[in-house]
Amino acid sequence: MELGFLLGSIVKIIGILAYLYGLLWVLARPNRWVKIIGVIVAFGVIQLALTNIGGFQLLTNFDSGLLFQACAMTMVALGLNLIYGFNGQFSLGQWGFYGIGAYTAADITYRWVNGDARGLLVVGFGTILGGLALIYIGRWLKRFRGVPVLSSFTLYLIGAILAGIVAVYIGNALNPLFEPLLGTNLNPGVLNSPLALQIVFFLAVVFAGIFAAEVSFLFGLPVLTLGSDYFGIATLGFTIVVNVLMINSDTILPFPEMKGGRGMVGIPKLTTWFWAFFFMMAVIIIMRNLIQSSTGRAIISVREDEVAAKAMGIDVAGSKLLAFVVGSFFAGIGGAVYAHFIGFLSPGTFGFLQSFNPLIIIVFGGLGSMTGTIAASFGWIFFLEGLLRVLLSQMGTEAPTWRFVLYPITLLLLMLIRPQGLLGNIEWGFLKQKEVLPREIPAGEKPEMAASEA
Amino acid sequence: MQQLSGSSQVTIALPKKKKRPPLAWVGQGFFIILGILVAVILISNLIRQPTLFAQFFISGLQLGFVYAMIALGYTMVYGIVKLINFAHGDVFMVGAFVSYFAVARFRLHQWPLAAFPQISPGLGVVIGSITVILLSMVICSALAITIERVAYKPLRDAPRIAALITAIGVSFFLEYFGALNFVFSPRFIPYERPFEVVAWYIKDGIHLIKPGEAPPDGAITFSNILVIIMIASILVQIFLQFLVRRTKIGIAMRASSYDKPAARLMGINVDSVISFSFAIGAAFAGLGGVLYAIAYSSIWTQLGILPGLKAFVAAVLGGIGSIPGAFVGALIMGQAEAMTMGYISTPMRDAVAFTILIIVLLIRPTGIFGEPEKEKV
Repeated sequence: MELGFLLGSIVKIIGILAYLYGLLWVLARPNRWVKIIGVIVAFGVIQLALTNIGGFQLLTNFDSGLLFQACAMTMVALGLNLIYGFNGQFSLGQWGFYGIGAYTAADITYRWVNGDARGLLVVGFGTILGGLALIYIGRWLKRFRGVPVLSSFTLYLIGAILAGIVAVYIGNALNPLFEPLLGTNLNPGVLNSPLALQIVFFLAVVFAGIFAAEVSFLFGLPVLTLGSDYFGIATLGFTIVVNVLMINSDTILPFPEMKGGRGMVGIPKLTTWFWAFFFMMAVIIIMRNLIQSSTGRAIISVREDEVAAKAMGIDVAGSKLLAFVVGSFFAGIGGAVYAHFIGFLSPGTFGFLQSFNPLIIIVFGGLGSMTGTIAASFGWIFFLEGLLRVLLSQMGTEAPTWRFVLYPITLLLLMLIRPQGLLGNIEWGFLKQKEVLPREIPAGEKPEMAASEA
Repeated sequence: MQQLSGSSQVTIALPKKKKRPPLAWVGQGFFIILGILVAVILISNLIRQPTLFAQFFISGLQLGFVYAMIALGYTMVYGIVKLINFAHGDVFMVGAFVSYFAVARFRLHQWPLAAFPQISPGLGVVIGSITVILLSMVICSALAITIERVAYKPLRDAPRIAALITAIGVSFFLEYFGALNFVFSPRFIPYERPFEVVAWYIKDGIHLIKPGEAPPDGAITFSNILVIIMIASILVQIFLQFLVRRTKIGIAMRASSYDKPAARLMGINVDSVISFSFAIGAAFAGLGGVLYAIAYSSIWTQLGILPGLKAFVAAVLGGIGSIPGAFVGALIMGQAEAMTMGYISTPMRDAVAFTILIIVLLIRPTGIFGEPEKEKV
């Protein structure tokens, strides 16, 4: 049994890595139709393995759980890699944004299925109005030169708070319109049908991501001006504060349905393979296109040398903020997907010690390597959560604790022996940077130029 | 040529008086309002219930003096190697555990009475407790030197963040290795004190609280542990000031923190100086750990994380690299935490530390006592 399980797990890990390689290979094909069909086939293969055909199911529920977790972790780790690997800002706050995304999305759908539309309305209007407020304040601030960070932060904060208050009023005013359509938990209304729930889920995930991004904008604006390791400690503090607020969400914050430290139960399990795959692919494609654009090159140049980047006319503070906000957006989406897979959120999941998981993943996968991050996320979940946890729990009651002794040792050894990560900055297929060829000078032009110079 | 030189003489605009950046008043106003709000909360509570305020003040003092002992290690190490020694808080935890095993398992605090039954019990307890504390300090120093040699020294020339990740790894290792059953244990352990706690209350003079007796209303209570922590912390400060200002190793430490290559050229063994500063910081953390465990009487393996981070914030607040700064910063941190617990809400005690960190770094990045640092290109 144990040997069979071991072999099966190893086969699964190799299979999933081959699957990822194939996915990235097919996306790199030049033909657009090949790409689209390839992605659909890639989605269909796993979907087929997950469906129960005549009592046979290739991937069990345990495996599908690992798969969803790995997708969520990929999004979080990619976001962190954008912040730390590509932009060089050592952030430990990723887990906090993950938690914010998870709780926000869970609150929206939880309230929705219980006949309360305020979650969606308030968060939706809040994020949209808040985003508009931030954008317009930012435009207005561009008129001035050299506004101190504290002043712009204060203005943004006031704008965001006002938007939030307006959103709460709108939500409370519009809620009675929705109540009859939603029905109650036992007697679901029109808007509570499975199809409507899927749309609400999609909106919840997107709004959760935007909300996390806006929080990260407000937090990052002052904090990104600190030095590198101070920034790390401040973001660590952010994670701790978010966790404290989660534990006291029913006493300090006005959210009794989150149930504080006891954990939030009854979140509808809406994450399917389609949504997990969809959001993961969206994150991968958005991030790849961002990295390979001129904005992405600006982000990377800030990592390489801030002073040189500034001398080349790159907006250093803006690049840092952009990377931080986009990374947190990915974390928020990942958290939302995770919340609707697991159906139960407890503050312990978002604690201080777990906040290092994405960091360990990107250090393993290689800083500044998207391929490494994706492979390491899947490998991490399948190896540590899937294989090692089961094996160690069979070996004795204390053995699972050894898992946590082995993490830091591997981290230490990795930092001492291979600080650039296991895969370094190798990229596969789709994620590979296109080679920039030197522009060919048409024949016959060169001698003329030489002649004119002479 | 003449034209050129003539034109260059015409006007060179004198540098104008430095203009105030636009909208600076918004940020300043925000912080002034924040400061006024804090002041109003504190003063109104002070007027309404002075004894309660004094009680919070005393608990803040106790926390602050413990943080001062931990903050010294952070500030010394950061001053010399520019590394946030994340594992320092866990060294503090190890100090508490060593004293727990010495007291509860091996009864080390009773050795003077066992060896020399004729001495007075009071003296025996004092000598026994000091032995326990010294043992913790020695073991913590040894641990810190080991950590430094194994984990940090190979990364001396690596980027700072690589060293920080290593420090986080060491910290995790200590926590989870300690959580194994045969090492410490993952549970909360009730701490057995080497000496008895005696408490007094202040109301019309200082009175002893007898066991099983409640202090009267409106009295301020304090215990002998507060006194011990204060004395120990102040002694440590004086000792360290003496060490850094007057001794040869202190001069070597200051030289290494100022300029490592130059110090090496002057014949200073920088590596041993770094090890020494790690060791001495860890010894004080061990002392702090024992006193913290005696004061709060419950220990577990993740005990050191939050006090460690708060002590780091205290060191930043006072100006990192400055020893009196760490002391003052720690006292302020202790007060901030106690007042937050008392007047805002208990769970937010951890949040206030990081808020202070961000505000300090934004307004005065060098801290209260720090010297401005120039960025080298």
